[in-house]
Amino acid sequence: MKFGRVLGTVVASQKYEDLEGVKFLVVQPLDEDLKPNGQACIAADATAQAGPGELVFMVASREGAQALPEVFVPVDLAITGIVDEVDIERGTRREQPTAIWHHLNQDND
Amino acid sequence: MYIGKVIGTVVATIKISHLESRKLLLVDQLDLKGQETGYYDIAVDVVQAGPGDTVLVIDEGNGARQILGIDPGAIRAVIVGVVDEVTITDVEEIASEPYAVSI
Repeated sequence: MKFGRVLGTVVASQKYEDLEGVKFLVVQPLDEDLKPNGQACIAADATAQAGPGELVFMVASREGAQALPEVFVPVDLAITGIVDEVDIERGTRREQPTAIWHHLNQDND
Repeated sequence: MYIGKVIGTVVATIKISHLESRKLLLVDQLDLKGQETGYYDIAVDVVQAGPGDTVLVIDEGNGARQILGIDPGAIRAVIVGVVDEVTITDVEEIASEPYAVSI
């Protein structure tokens, strides 16, 4: 799942029948610092509660459709939650490796 | 699957039912030198990992659904292990790009 910022809404009266009642929103994908990253796209709102301006997270590809009440629908991006809080680790546990990395090459084998 | 570093936590009250009472962690993919690549994902944790941990992440829907025991399930990234040690052999030039990229 990736972060996104809801930019606006999309209304389509004529659509695939199983998408009846599904809300579509325009979202801007964000990077981990919540800065815009890539092109805006259209996502189905599986929470049914997201609105413009909100910070959300979304799931892409086949799993996007699985977030909706009707699973076999033509959707490749869905909003699966509205973010309350993001807590980024900036201490020494982030700076220092927490696993041991060995790089062996043929010389010291 | 890829190796990542847990760089934070995500809290959401309003979310789909598949994510109810799941712990969401922010993971940054590591390159083969163990450095962060800036390629991130929000993953469900099933191994009690925490911020700073080096973890093993599966980024595939069918595997995620099997681990979590839900079908359908709108989850792709799951943290399935905490890494203690990595050994890389016979690498002459190690790329610093992410090696498992998806949208």
